[in-house]
Amino acid sequence: MASVWEYANPVKFIRTTDRVMPWLWAGSAICLVVGLVWGFFFTPDDFRQGSTVKIIYLHVPSALMAINAWLMMLVASLIWIVRRHHVSALAARAAAPVGAVMTVIALATGAFWGQPIWGTWWVWDPRLTSFLILFLFYLGYIALWSAIEDDDSAADLTSILCLVGSVFALLSRYAVNFWNQGLHQGASLSLDKEENVADVFYFPLLVCIAGFVLLFIALVFLRTQTEIRARRTRVLLARERQG
Amino acid sequence: MTPDLGKYAVSVLSSYGVSIALIVVLVAWSVMRARRVRSALERIETRVRRNG
Repeated sequence: MASVWEYANPVKFIRTTDRVMPWLWAGSAICLVVGLVWGFFFTPDDFRQGSTVKIIYLHVPSALMAINAWLMMLVASLIWIVRRHHVSALAARAAAPVGAVMTVIALATGAFWGQPIWGTWWVWDPRLTSFLILFLFYLGYIALWSAIEDDDSAADLTSILCLVGSVFALLSRYAVNFWNQGLHQGASLSLDKEENVADVFYFPLLVCIAGFVLLFIALVFLRTQTEIRARRTRVLLARERQG
Repeated sequence: MTPDLGKYAVSVLSSYGVSIALIVVLVAWSVMRARRVRSALERIETRVRRNG
């Protein structure tokens, strides 16, 4: 059986991801279109929140991906620190802008949702605040990669930053449970059926989440390929300069 | 067909507009950068092979 570490070989990684990416793009497009159309056009209004409940199909999946993108970067960073596989460090770098955009979508849709329901665009609620800090960590992570010329040093330092930022990624997920204060409600999805959103919202939401997950994987594969090629370009140019 | 969003229309439509625009920009940026970097690498590899 093939070992997962085979994919640390850039050529093998590019060859394999090239094969699966068309399926990922197609799957994400289908899930997003079906989920969003289903949620927007074919679900009823909530008896308390009215039509703003339709924002859930963007807000929950993007918030979920904002946190999980950072956790994926954490795993990739740990692999870099322990095993020194360049592909894992480059995958973490590739995921950061995707995670940052997901965080912006979660913050923006949250503000659009909060304004009519809470009467304010923003409140220094534990979950909102930890999400804002997570966004700042994303920006810092992206800036640190760009600021350091040597790829290995950049990977080392950004990996440490990623470990520190993981505290806020977890806080933004569990802030509601840790501090029983603030406006933000508890989790919309739960293994406990009583706590879940109603089925009429739940199923289109699951399709949207699947769409966001597939989109994230497709984007990370594409962007990791790009980072591998960009790194190879830098190496070749450096060799040329040395003669 | 179009749902009646009532007094929340601006909030709901803004959410969809901003989110879809951001996703489209992210995908377009990623695809364009991928093509640019790929062709730059091919150019350099061809030059390196030619120069031995």
